[in-house]
Amino acid sequence: MLEIRNLKAGIDGKTILKGIDLTVNAGEVHAIMGPNGSGKSTLAQIIAGREQFEVSSGSVKYDEKDLLELAPEERACAGIFMAFQYPVEIPGVSNSYFLRSALNSQRRARGEQELDAFEFLTFIQERMALLNLHEELLNRPVNEGFSGGEKKRNEIFQMAVLEPQLAVLDETDSGLDIDALRVVASGINSLRREDNATIVVTHYQRLLNYVVPDFVHVLVNGRIVRSGDRQLALDLEEQGYDHVVAQAA
Amino acid sequence: MNSETEMLREYAERDYQFGFVTDVETDAVPAGLSEDVIRFISKRKREPKWLTTWRLEAYRHWLTMEEPHWANIEYDPINYQDIVYYSAPKSSADGPKSLDDVDPELIATYEKLGIPLHEREKLAGVAVDAVFDSVSVATTFKDQLAAQGIIFCSFSEAVQEHPELVRKYLGSVVPRSDNFFAALNSAVFTDGSFAYIPKGVQCPLELSTYFRINAAKTGQFERTLLIADKDSCVSYLEGCTAPMRDENQLHAAVVELVALDDANIKYSTVQNWYPGNEDGVGGIFNFVTKRGACRGSNSKISWTQVETGSAITWKYPSCILQGDNSIGEFYSIALSAKRQQADTGTKMVHIGRNTRSTIISKGISAQRGQNSYRGQVKILKKAEGARNYSQCDSLLIGEQCGAHTFPCLDVQNSSAHVEHEASTSRIGEDQLFYCQQRGISLEDSINLIVNGFCKEVFRELPMEFAVEAQKLLEVSLEGSVG
Repeated sequence: MLEIRNLKAGIDGKTILKGIDLTVNAGEVHAIMGPNGSGKSTLAQIIAGREQFEVSSGSVKYDEKDLLELAPEERACAGIFMAFQYPVEIPGVSNSYFLRSALNSQRRARGEQELDAFEFLTFIQERMALLNLHEELLNRPVNEGFSGGEKKRNEIFQMAVLEPQLAVLDETDSGLDIDALRVVASGINSLRREDNATIVVTHYQRLLNYVVPDFVHVLVNGRIVRSGDRQLALDLEEQGYDHVVAQAA
Repeated sequence: MNSETEMLREYAERDYQFGFVTDVETDAVPAGLSEDVIRFISKRKREPKWLTTWRLEAYRHWLTMEEPHWANIEYDPINYQDIVYYSAPKSSADGPKSLDDVDPELIATYEKLGIPLHEREKLAGVAVDAVFDSVSVATTFKDQLAAQGIIFCSFSEAVQEHPELVRKYLGSVVPRSDNFFAALNSAVFTDGSFAYIPKGVQCPLELSTYFRINAAKTGQFERTLLIADKDSCVSYLEGCTAPMRDENQLHAAVVELVALDDANIKYSTVQNWYPGNEDGVGGIFNFVTKRGACRGSNSKISWTQVETGSAITWKYPSCILQGDNSIGEFYSIALSAKRQQADTGTKMVHIGRNTRSTIISKGISAQRGQNSYRGQVKILKKAEGARNYSQCDSLLIGEQCGAHTFPCLDVQNSSAHVEHEASTSRIGEDQLFYCQQRGISLEDSINLIVNGFCKEVFRELPMEFAVEAQKLLEVSLEGSVG
């Protein structure tokens, strides 16, 4: 589904990613872990299409398409979703209007019929229950005045509505208390299918207790220094990044 | 001495050189302004003597005035002797014969706005066939209003049919000497709208200039007078939502509103004159004086405006809150894209006790547009318990535009309560990326964010108007990013 080959990229002339190789297949969950500043969020944002990052070499293929050639909205319509580390506020635009615009935009791009306000409401009701969200949250402006936990739950709620093929969750666990973490994790798990894939970007392994990854990659200083299964995440937690990095060196 | 004053004086003092003869057969006068031109206009309109005198006095006062330059706008000097001040409405025979004869760009804009075909023809000035005859529409409408004693007609008609009302109220809110452009308008206005709502009547329809197509074409010096008698209520919609190209550059209108005891006037405007092109060539200079007097106690005047057109907008719809417990409101969206410059805002003058005013201003600047909010809240000594709330928000799109705020508070009564909030924000790359990442195109993302920003004002517009205003903002913002 996603194939990254020797990806080098940076911002303002500074190289951040120094040659990333990563293959993600349908049905898989990959965790990308690493210390602060290792390039995890950069990788997530490049997949989503943030323009301020410059790709200097390498390739990113998604379903045989050259992903780097596509605009962010084209990637979204092709099934890529990113849960933001810092969800953005849009004053005056209600959460439900925003989400319906997004969904209909994607449906249009896929040649499907758009949903009217009534159909949309019916459609999202069950998804709201999934994330334990209150209906009044639909009428509030996007992320405005949301608590940290509400913002993160709202991200996963959007994911549940948009049903992406490839979801990239950027530090979705940061700022969540343990109860919120459980809700968010069960939301993510209930969306797992054979035909979609998830990349979980995280600093800590605690989310991985709930969202169990098939693969764990350790990103340090712009390179994936180790890959392994779930056990790697547990080792990291126990021994710290320094130890694992030293072993890899 | 200022050279313009000198120039004006020169004109005033010398004899008219062009051998101008009043010829009732011609439908236009040569360019230029003089007492003869004003007499000609007045005569052509069969006006009573008092009105001719009224115009001439305005003209004489105008000659002593200087064009104001305090606003945050720049433009080449206007030569007032280059303007044609009277040109009878073209007969439909002179207009385009079908939509095929109309500028395709104009048609494209109508399409984007979703204006039905027969309305497009009207707006573009196409000679409309009998089926869509606007005159008959207007007539039906007028009968319905007349049954309730409501007068709604062109200003010229009001001068003929209701001279006592016109004479009583004309210039009573915006005096002839009020400002340079109001004085000019008072001297040369050609037509406009007149409405009178009698005591205790709730106007059953939203009055709109749209229903009087002829009034929409009456050139650049309109005069509107709207009187709501005791305990009456009216909602007035002004302006077409389609861009009208005007050969003439200067548009100097005056609007006067009078609300007596317990009366309620809601005045909504969607202004979309031609804004000029990307390089600032062409476009309307819009110098408009709008003012409402809440003369009676418990009266209310509410201005809502959506300003998307004109190369220059100089406009401050204001409320004089004379009656005790009277209320003034101003809700505004002003958009400046391309090279447009808008200097707009309001004045709230609190005179009566417990008077209240609310100001919500939303300025949007894109491309090389410059947007200024200029507002004055004045609370006079006797305005015991007066309250004002002002909120001025600016939104910037791109790097080359500007937003400016010039609020002025003048409070002379210590029991007054005045609040002012202001904010300036830029449509952030992160906001756009967030929308796009969810699958929304760049253009739609901008519209979404702008609509959210304007929501508080859209809410004040009558439903249909709000929909059209939103579309208009979208059309005006096309190509403003990327």
